[in-house]
Parts: sequence; C-alpha cells; structure tokens
Amino acid sequence: MSQAVTLKINGRERQVLAGATQTLLEVLRDQLGLTGSKRGCNQGVCGACTVMIDGRPVRGCLSLAANCEDREITTIEGLAGPEGLTPVQQALVDSGAVQCGFCTSGMVISAHWLLQRNEKPDRDEIRRTLSGNLCRCSGYRKIIDAVAEAVEEGKA
Amino acid sequence: MSLAEDSWKGEVGRSIPRLETREKVTGRAQYIADLSRPGMLYGAILQSPLPHARIKGYDLSAALALPGVHAVLTGEDISAAKGGPFIKDEWALAKGKVRYVGEPVALVAAEDEATARAATQLIEVDYEELPAVLTPEEALAEGAAILHEDNAENFRIFPTKVEGNVAWRTTFEEGEVDAAWDACDVVVEGEYETQAQAHVALEPCGALAEVDANGRVTLWSSNQSVFRTQSNVCELLGLPMSKLRSLTPRVGGGFGNKMEIHVQAMCVALAIKTERPVKMILTREQDFEIVRHRHPYKVRAKTGAKKDGTLVAREVEVVVDCGAYGDDSPGVLGFSLLMARGPYRIPHSRSKGTLVYTNKLRFGAFRGFGNPQVSFATEIQLDEIAEKLGMDPFDLRLKNATRKGDKWVGGGEVSSDAFITVLEETRKACNWDKRRDLKPSGPGKKRGMGLACSSHISGLLATGAIVRMLEDGTVVLNTGCVDIGQGSDTILSQICAEALKLPLERVSVASPDTDGSPYNWGTTASRVTYMAGRAVVAAAGKVEAEIKRHAAEIFECAEIDLELRPGGKVGIIGVPEKELTFFDVSMRAHWAVGGPIVGAETLIYDQPTVDPKRTIAEGVPFPQIGVFNFAATVCDIEVDEATGKIELIEAWDACDVGRAINPGSVEGQIEGGFVQGLGFSLYEEVVFDGPRVANPSLMDYKIPTMLDVPYEIHAIVVEEEEPSGPFGAKGIGEIPICAVAPAIANGLHAATGLRLKQLPLKCERVLDGLMAKEGGDAD
Repeated sequence: MSQAVTLKINGRERQVLAGATQTLLEVLRDQLGLTGSKRGCNQGVCGACTVMIDGRPVRGCLSLAANCEDREITTIEGLAGPEGLTPVQQALVDSGAVQCGFCTSGMVISAHWLLQRNEKPDRDEIRRTLSGNLCRCSGYRKIIDAVAEAVEEGKA
Repeated sequence: MSLAEDSWKGEVGRSIPRLETREKVTGRAQYIADLSRPGMLYGAILQSPLPHARIKGYDLSAALALPGVHAVLTGEDISAAKGGPFIKDEWALAKGKVRYVGEPVALVAAEDEATARAATQLIEVDYEELPAVLTPEEALAEGAAILHEDNAENFRIFPTKVEGNVAWRTTFEEGEVDAAWDACDVVVEGEYETQAQAHVALEPCGALAEVDANGRVTLWSSNQSVFRTQSNVCELLGLPMSKLRSLTPRVGGGFGNKMEIHVQAMCVALAIKTERPVKMILTREQDFEIVRHRHPYKVRAKTGAKKDGTLVAREVEVVVDCGAYGDDSPGVLGFSLLMARGPYRIPHSRSKGTLVYTNKLRFGAFRGFGNPQVSFATEIQLDEIAEKLGMDPFDLRLKNATRKGDKWVGGGEVSSDAFITVLEETRKACNWDKRRDLKPSGPGKKRGMGLACSSHISGLLATGAIVRMLEDGTVVLNTGCVDIGQGSDTILSQICAEALKLPLERVSVASPDTDGSPYNWGTTASRVTYMAGRAVVAAAGKVEAEIKRHAAEIFECAEIDLELRPGGKVGIIGVPEKELTFFDVSMRAHWAVGGPIVGAETLIYDQPTVDPKRTIAEGVPFPQIGVFNFAATVCDIEVDEATGKIELIEAWDACDVGRAINPGSVEGQIEGGFVQGLGFSLYEEVVFDGPRVANPSLMDYKIPTMLDVPYEIHAIVVEEEEPSGPFGAKGIGEIPICAVAPAIANGLHAATGLRLKQLPLKCERVLDGLMAKEGGDAD
C-alpha cells in the first residue's frame, strides 16, 4: 500500500505517494522528475544516486522514501543557485574532469559534503571521501584535481 | 592585421571544457533512463535458466492474464531474420533454442516496471535440455554438442573456413617463419591466458521505442552508433530502414558494449505490438548477463632474436572463446592477430587463430579489441628476451621499433617515427635508468618497474559530415557521431571552428539522428577524431569555397585572392579593409543569390589491410583497417610478499595521437584507459560458475575505486602529425589500455623474479606463484 509522504526536497515541500518498498531514488526519478540522480547498480555500490539527507550523503537507492518524511533532502538539482554553478561544479567544468557524466551527480554531492566538513582537505582526504563514487571513464585524477582546485580557491 | 587576427589562437590544440559539461554537473543531462513519453509502457525480459536447450513450447496465459500486462512476445512472434555484424547467427530473441544462461527468451510490456517483471515470472517455457560446452576445448572435442547446427550455412560477410563449433579462422603470414628459428640465438616460448572483463559503463543499457500512426518507429537508445542500431534492428525484425528513425540521448559510457545492439530490437518489437511507447532499461545484473564482455584468450607465443637483440621471428596462435553468438568476435580475432607482431621490425611472422562457439554470453567489442590480450603475451616475451640477452628493455624495443616508411603486417605503412619518440619520452619521464635505486616501502615488500608497449589503429569504414551555415553566419555541424562521453562533440566542433576560423561558440553540434545526419559507422575503433574529423575538414572546406565564391562576386576579384579571417570573416589578401562577415555572405546566400550554404562530405577508409604480394592472409574480417599509433607504458609497482597484493605506486602512459585537438581530453582518455587496464590487470574478472556468471553485480565484480588508483598516473601526449589526419590528428580511445597488463607483469618480474602468464594478477595467484618459486628455489 502506498502512503502519502511529505518530502522537503531542495528547499520545497513535495507530496508523494510512496509504497513500503519504494526507494527515495524511484520517487525522485519517477514521481518528481528529478532525474539527475542516476540508477547505476541499485544496490548501493556505484554512488551515482548519492543525495544528501539532513546534510549527510546517502544512497538514494538504499533509502526508503517512506522513511524520509520531513527530512531535508538535497539532490544535484538543488545545488546550483541563481548565481550559477557552485565552486565544485565550476571546477569540474574547468578541469575537464567530466566524461560521460553518469557518475557526476553523485560525485558532486559527495564532494560538497566533504567541503562542508573540511575546508582544506588534501588529495588523500579527497580520495578517501569520494572513493564510494565509481567512475569508469576518467581514471579519477582530473576529478581529484577539480575538487582540490575548488579547495584552493577557498570558495567552497 | 586586425585585432581579431592578432588574438586568434585557433581552436585546435586548446584544452577547452566539454561543450555539454554544464548540463552534466547540474544533473540536467538526459540519458536513456531519464526519458519518458505519454502513455509509456515498460518492457521486461525473461531470461534462460539453461545454457543449452531446445524450446519446445511456451505457455503465456498466466502472464497475459496479469492485470496491467499489454503484451507478451516470444522469438516465434518477432524473430524475422538472423543478424550479426560478421556472422548472421543471432535472432532478435531466442527462437528454437537457447544457447547461454541469461539469454532473453520472452518479453513483456506492462503499465509499470514491477508488473512487467512479475509477469515474466508467470511465463512457462518447455525446454529440452541439451549438453552444454563451456570452454573452447570442450567445444572442439570430438562429439561435442553443437551450438549452431546450421553453422556452415550461416551467412558470413567475409569467407573463412568453419565447421562444428568453429565460428571463424584467421591467419596472417609473412616471411619464412619455420625456417627462421634456426637463425635465432635466443627463442622464448610460452602460453598465456587472459580473462573475461566486463565493460561496466556506469549507465546500464536501455532503449525507448514508439510507433507513429503510420507504423514508423522512433527509437532512442544508449548506443555507440545510431546507424548500427538502425540497421541491426531492421535486419532482425524485417523492417525497411526507412521505417525506423534512430536517435540518441546522452550516453553514459560505452567502451564497446553499446556498439552493436543490446535491447533495442526487443524494445521496438514491444512498441510495434502494443502501439504504445515502451521503455526497457536493464538492471545492472542483466547488463552483466545479457550484453557482452571482453573475450577470454588463450595465446601461445614464440619469439626469436639474434644475440645483438635483432628480432627475427614471431609466431602467435590464439584460441578465442566466442560465446554463443558471433557478434564482433571475428573482428576482434582478426585485429588481435594483425597486432600480434607488435610495432617491431620482425621479418618472419605468423599469427593464426580460431574462434570457438561456447554456451556462454557472447563476447564482443571492448576497448582495445583483442589487442590487450595478445599484447599481454608478446610484451612479456620481449621482456624475457631482454633478460636473456642482458639487454635493457627500452634498448631492445628501440633497436627493433618500426619507423616512418616501415610496413605493418599486411603492408600498411607506418607514417611517422612516433614510436621512437614515445619510447624516449617515457624513458626520460619515468627516470628508468635510475629505477634500481627505488626502494620498497618496508620489509616484506618488493618493488620493481615494468615496461610494455603497444600499437593500435584509427580508421575503418564510412563516415560523413554536413556543415550548414545559418542565416547569421553561425554554423551547425552534423556528423551522426555519438559522443559516448569521450568528448567527440567538442573535438569535432573544434576542428570545424578551426577550419572556418570561427570562434567555437558559433559552432553548434546536431544530435545524431538517422533521419538527418550523414552516415557514421560508429564511435568505435578509435576512429571518430580521425575519420569524422577528416569529413568535417572536407565539409568545412566546401563551405569555405562557397563563402569565397560569394565574396569574389561581391568584390569582383578572383577566389584565389581571398582568405578566411578569424571571427567569421572573408577578405582580400593584403587588403585589410576589403572584408565581409559570414553574416553578410550567408544573408546573400539565403535571400538573394545561390541559396543557403551547405558543405557535405562522406568518405570511407580506403587503404588496404593486406597486400597479397607480401602477406598470406586468410579470413581477414576488415579489408581496409586504418593508420597506426603507438604507446609505451611503465608501471612502478610494489608487491607484498605476505599477501601477494600488487600495489601500483606510479605509472607513465605515453601515447602517440598525431596531434592533440584537445590535450586535456586526450589526457582524460589516457588516464581513463590506463585505469580500466589496471582493473583488467589486477582483479577484474567475470567469473563463471559452470555456465552461470557468478558475479553479475558491482558488489561482486570490482572496478577500481579512487582508493585503488594512485594519483601519480602520468599521461604523456606525444604529437607527431599524421599526414592523412585532420590537423594531423589520430585517435586515442583504445591504445592507453593495451599495454597496462604486460607492464605490470613485467614489473612483477622485476620486483620478485616471478613470471606470471595468466591474468588477472590477483593476490592469490601472485602469492601462489611466490610460494611455488620459493619452493622451487629450495629444491
């Protein structure tokens, strides 16, 4: 049976109908049209569906939508404001770190979380924190450089 | 000179960001799973539980009765003709028999994904199980079960000798190999084995199809070629190609997996049956079980040299596991054999191979296309020869390296000395000559550096470009090339902008569309920059000629006295004030004289693979192959003697690209290719438990994470212009992966003295090897 759930997504309240087994990822993508979070494995490994719930990164595919009542959810669509891209997004663009882009949403969310907790992470901390987000195209180096670049600029 | 000319740096050679990156970092990029259409249904697949069985009948009644189900289809309903790129041996959906565990057997379209999947489980299939053959050895044994009873009758696009479970045979032979061994002072010989690797593009395969009131199909899918998708689907379903339009959204990686079709024909069949849009997206597990993997190879190789290091002879024989269907396997087999001599002057060489059907998922195109498998054997052998002769591995390769004007196996010409440059730059960059000073990080660790090289091609088949000037003098570039994430939209735009001296922002890229784009065989064979780039330069040249024709009429001068000027202008050479903008010219063309300006060009790669006066060749699957490029890879590794774990400390991957249109993008290809090769070298393996894939998930099939990859991977871009390339460029997509495994294997030997000839070089294998070696030493 589905139940009505109120989700706070990217600062707005949204009413959805969530079945007992329905994941947050399904609700975001299929009911709300927020397709920026991707389904790469649906078992919590690839990280392409990473979103933030109450400021912490979680796998959208492992979170039940019905458990998210009144929690603050931030998806990739909620990061860039009217003033433009965030420093992490801009650095990813500038450094040529993005190839196919399928992992990018999750990678960006994880990088934001890192920079919220730690203003000056070094490359090893960046690697540790982003290691839960798989990328098959880049070999990772340019992604690490991009996040380090965002740190350097101190604008994170 | 005008200011614009002063500041014009050109668009080629600049590391500009990808055109579409902004939509990717904001989550706005649309991939196949993100699309939907009004009234859309969802498709699901019933997979075979058996590796080999005759289908005696179906009971679809329970599935059809499930509320929400719109259609249930089997191979009897939709499989019109057999297809395949080299061998016509595969139906759209199993018909008569199933040949691997996981093979699609029946399809359901329903209101939602869960209902569609549930309905597949209500389908009853009556199977008569047949004996299965799971390895080439089993398949070649006398009395083995035969996968394709009509094997010899199945149409093949090139002749080859087949029987039983043999799908294809290829041979290349030059010189007098059998007689040459006597002239060698040192001969090394060995058997090598490589494993099945999964592509793991982060985006699983999928499609969305819709049929209009006249029965014409529109098909969106995750693919590497809208044109291969169109021709594959139409062939299998018996549709005229004019009745199907193939499009692409953004593609989340391919690596070869999406070059030939996956679910497109099945999805179209459901859309035709239901007259509703139907979407099918594979789960990650299905992506492992239904699509294709890299071929496992067994390689026997033999190489001989003189005392001074001159290579004399090479013989390579491969047995390749085809899986149940031909797919791209004949191409992979043939290409690996063409690369088996390597980038060396070896006067006597023979390479031959047999492709064998087995009851497993088809193996197919994967970055490197057979080259990494064969290079694993041949580049280890060069290390062994260097060791026996007491020669430095770089010196041995430099002594034998092909140079400008040399011939490839078959007779193709090497167009530069780039291999020499690649070797010299790598040697310097990695400080090779001081490598013995490197110390392990602690007790119980051994450290060593290994070198391996490879060569590859860019080229193959047909492509085209249309450059269309809009009224305001900006242009739309249409090539039909699918950018699968490697960056070709950006690179082709840079080429177009450079050719017309236009700022990049005045060039737009049309999305590939079989209705409107010129033919492009595919994003494969490291070919888009080189082949489509050539077409873009030629098409832009035609636009330039038209612009000059207009300007000559206006200025009443000769066309030869005109030049394009930066910023979209044309003017009289030496007369700065005599100048028109593309806006002026295009307005004239649109509204007054001549008609709108369009430049179009199509071409096909036309240099023959084999000169029959030079080479004896049989079963060659590509009459015209491509231009050659070169790479050298060095890996500095450390081995833990207690666990057998190999850790990469630092790596250098130097690749010849002719000219880098976008150097940053080239680095991205090299780094990404290297890391995919690192996974192949150390742990990636599709494991079969009997006939079944035992690890069809990212939980059980590990690809490198950020923690598995050192930051110190150095992409070295070597530029020596390819005369036939656009602005001198060649392709880069595949070559970075080809020599990683032998470089690590050679590093393992340098560190420990252990020579392993089977991939992956996983901890257990290394530890077993170290212990056996220790035991052997004690004896």
